[in-house]
Amino acid sequence: MTRTSWVMPALLLASVLALFGACLLGSTPMSPARVVSAFLGGADAADRVVVWQIRLPRALAAYLVGAALGISGAALQGLLRNPLAEPGVLGVSASASLAATFSLYYGLAVISPWVLPIAAMFGALAATSLIAIAAIRTQSVVTLILIGVGLSSFAGAAMSLLMNLAPNPFSLSDMINWMLGSVANRSFREIGFAFPFILAGAAILLASRRGLSALTLGEEAASGIGLDLRRQRILTVLGAGLATGGSVALGGAIGFVGIVAPHIIRPFVGHDPARSLIPSAMLAGLILVLADIGVRILPSTNELKLGVVAALIGAPAFVWIAMRRRAIND
Amino acid sequence: MTEIIAKNLGLTKDGATLLEGACFTLKPGQLIALLGPNGAGKTSLIRTTLGMEKRCSGTVNLGGTDSEALSPMERARRVAYLPQQRPLAWPNSVRDVVALGRFAYGAAPGRLNPKDAKAVDTALELCDLTELTTRHTDTLSGGEVARVHCARAFAAEAPLLIADEPVAALDPRQQFRIMNIIQAFVDRGGGALVVLHDIPLAAKYASHLIWMQDSRIAAEGTPEQTLTAQRMADIYGVRARIDGRKVEIEGAI
Repeated sequence: MTRTSWVMPALLLASVLALFGACLLGSTPMSPARVVSAFLGGADAADRVVVWQIRLPRALAAYLVGAALGISGAALQGLLRNPLAEPGVLGVSASASLAATFSLYYGLAVISPWVLPIAAMFGALAATSLIAIAAIRTQSVVTLILIGVGLSSFAGAAMSLLMNLAPNPFSLSDMINWMLGSVANRSFREIGFAFPFILAGAAILLASRRGLSALTLGEEAASGIGLDLRRQRILTVLGAGLATGGSVALGGAIGFVGIVAPHIIRPFVGHDPARSLIPSAMLAGLILVLADIGVRILPSTNELKLGVVAALIGAPAFVWIAMRRRAIND
Repeated sequence: MTEIIAKNLGLTKDGATLLEGACFTLKPGQLIALLGPNGAGKTSLIRTTLGMEKRCSGTVNLGGTDSEALSPMERARRVAYLPQQRPLAWPNSVRDVVALGRFAYGAAPGRLNPKDAKAVDTALELCDLTELTTRHTDTLSGGEVARVHCARAFAAEAPLLIADEPVAALDPRQQFRIMNIIQAFVDRGGGALVVLHDIPLAAKYASHLIWMQDSRIAAEGTPEQTLTAQRMADIYGVRARIDGRKVEIEGAI
């Protein structure tokens, strides 16, 4: 078997095990037998509540958020031809969570449960479009990342401003959740509102993934071999915006998984952006589920935020990738 | 028979005239060298011909259709294009890069039907890359990378080839290898338009020369007709000794 052919089965197996593990572990550990019987509708009512209403939705939310960020990261890296592109680094996540917070702060989110994910989507799409427009004008990746830094800082500042104006401490803690990212207390209902957007975004990215391989040759040659550049840019931006928006609506702004997962996957799929999409999504989902298990079982008085743990792992990886890259080219 | 017939091409961008009144044809069996100093409009001519720049005047008939009316994929099946800038964003395997040449047929690296796979294998063979198929492109020498790009272009099995400076930055031996590969393509019935800066190389291989200067085509014809000491002085500002297809450049004027 080639290296490529066992990547997907291995990731699938690991994902299932991690999701199952997430149902076992927690403040009150449960035996596998109890979890399985709770899954099947047996066991006592309390166990079923713990598994079906607390642990499984939370684990699935972490997986979905990770998968959306992983596939968006892999696709943006293909589009911009850069391993450092990612919704978090490019300021897309921060913009999405700013829009989400805004809808919360001004009470728009009360109108309909769809307002929040749509606001997050809007923020994500606005930021992704800005990045894509900048990418047409400049070939320099440094410029793009600086624009991302600017976007993130602006979104961070605007969110601080919103917090200063927050009418009560409750909305303050809500906003911290959006900024740092967390999947605590997520229910299937919330997953249901974010899932269609993540699915639509992922579907668009997968349908247009062949063009990402073509872009390996640079835009001019990609167009020469038959790629419609404009269409490709629009589809990737739209897909990444939808998926990232959905993930932010569900779990807030969680950075760096979108860099780490594709970076690990790339050598296993022949460095082909198109073939890296699905494995990157699975690996990023897996990473977040594991990180969230860590968040839950680490003994601390205040629960750590998932985004904090993700950044603690991801940011050093980002720096490492960036430093190695400088050594080789541009 | 696929050919390019370009008439009276004009291109203006931000008020600057990049191309004016350019006419040429590219037919199977021709190896045209496109010559001229930097900024003469060679790349503009190529991009306008392909319909990648929107022309302000003129017509381009690319195998029976206006080039601007063709979709990128239809165009790619008629003419393979090797641009001047040839970055490789990721260290893919040689075979995967060459497989991208099949993009216009709906193929992708790792998803080649038997016909695509055969075209890729043939292209790898033509460019002498069969030993290197599994190598990653970041481990290759400049000459090997140039051949990978050629193979990528040939994998499309398009009847025509347009190459913008395919031998730039290569040592003399590698330049000859690339030109031999292009010559072989023309001998098999292809038509090639190649931008070159090496006049002796152009004179050795080309069946026709197109000389550009100041956004216009200054002259065109066989090397015997158009390659003169006076032309070298007019176009490039160099003193040259010409003897048939032999060129010796002595220095700047």
